[in-house]
Amino acid sequence: METASQSATEGLGCRINIRAAAKADLDGVAAIDQRVTGNSKPDYWRDLYERYDTRRTDERFFLIAEPADDASDKPVVGYILGEVRAWEFGSEPCGWVFAFSVDPDNRLQGVGELLFEAISARFRVVGIKTMRTMVGRENRLHMAFFRSEGMTAGPYIQLEMELD
Amino acid sequence: MKLQVSSRLAIFALTELAADPGQQVSVSEIGEKYGVSAHHLAKVMHTLGRAGLVRSIRGVGGGYSFCGNAKRTTLLDVIELFEDVSPGNDELDARTDGTSAGLELRQVLDEVDDIARATLGAVTLSTMLKQIDRRKTIQI
Repeated sequence: METASQSATEGLGCRINIRAAAKADLDGVAAIDQRVTGNSKPDYWRDLYERYDTRRTDERFFLIAEPADDASDKPVVGYILGEVRAWEFGSEPCGWVFAFSVDPDNRLQGVGELLFEAISARFRVVGIKTMRTMVGRENRLHMAFFRSEGMTAGPYIQLEMELD
Repeated sequence: MKLQVSSRLAIFALTELAADPGQQVSVSEIGEKYGVSAHHLAKVMHTLGRAGLVRSIRGVGGGYSFCGNAKRTTLLDVIELFEDVSPGNDELDARTDGTSAGLELRQVLDEVDDIARATLGAVTLSTMLKQIDRRKTIQI
């Protein structure tokens, strides 16, 4: 996992740093996830962190957003995770973003955009030219966000079926 | 998917106006740019005015200006002012929905409609303007 990346930009309300997640950030990440999804899954985040910290670390990115000063009572205000995936369904290597969230109290301040730009930049550095994600059809918030960042429907369609 | 002319004109007009909310643009200017009659466009602008998306300024140099929220107004919001894009249900549907083939076809068409609505509901006027700028940058 990347260990020394940092990006500081002026949000509307406060300065935000984007950096690689550390183990101490997991509680903050899990708390945002639980608040947004209603599901508590600390084990999932711990397992994910351990995998991202030890294997294929040059092409896996677990980034968090934190207030640059200590004024906020929340050490983590957002996160984004992605990795390079290659040859799934014949696809050329691409950057897959599979987790992304911003604390509801810290939205509309550009935090999501900073996270998105940060992971885009990291994918570019390792030679990736296409970034993908998946959004629930009813999740208008994320859908509108990714569209506003320039994402459009890709060449694949997700299919599923119920297994009896 | 094909949108009605009024829906498309409304999106074009709003995109023009929202690009610079401080500007006033006449119906004839917009009509000229997109090659449509001022008469047709005037009706569209009237509907947009009633929806609180544009305001009309009378007098010399008057026209319309954008007064909505470009970050919150989606293409679906605009389109629904002019046409019904919910899943269709005509007389033939009513007669065939009880058949196996009718139900299967209905499911496929509902899938298509759902994706179309989700897409239109996720693209705001602000996103349209960003994409237009990106396209211009790429072309340069």
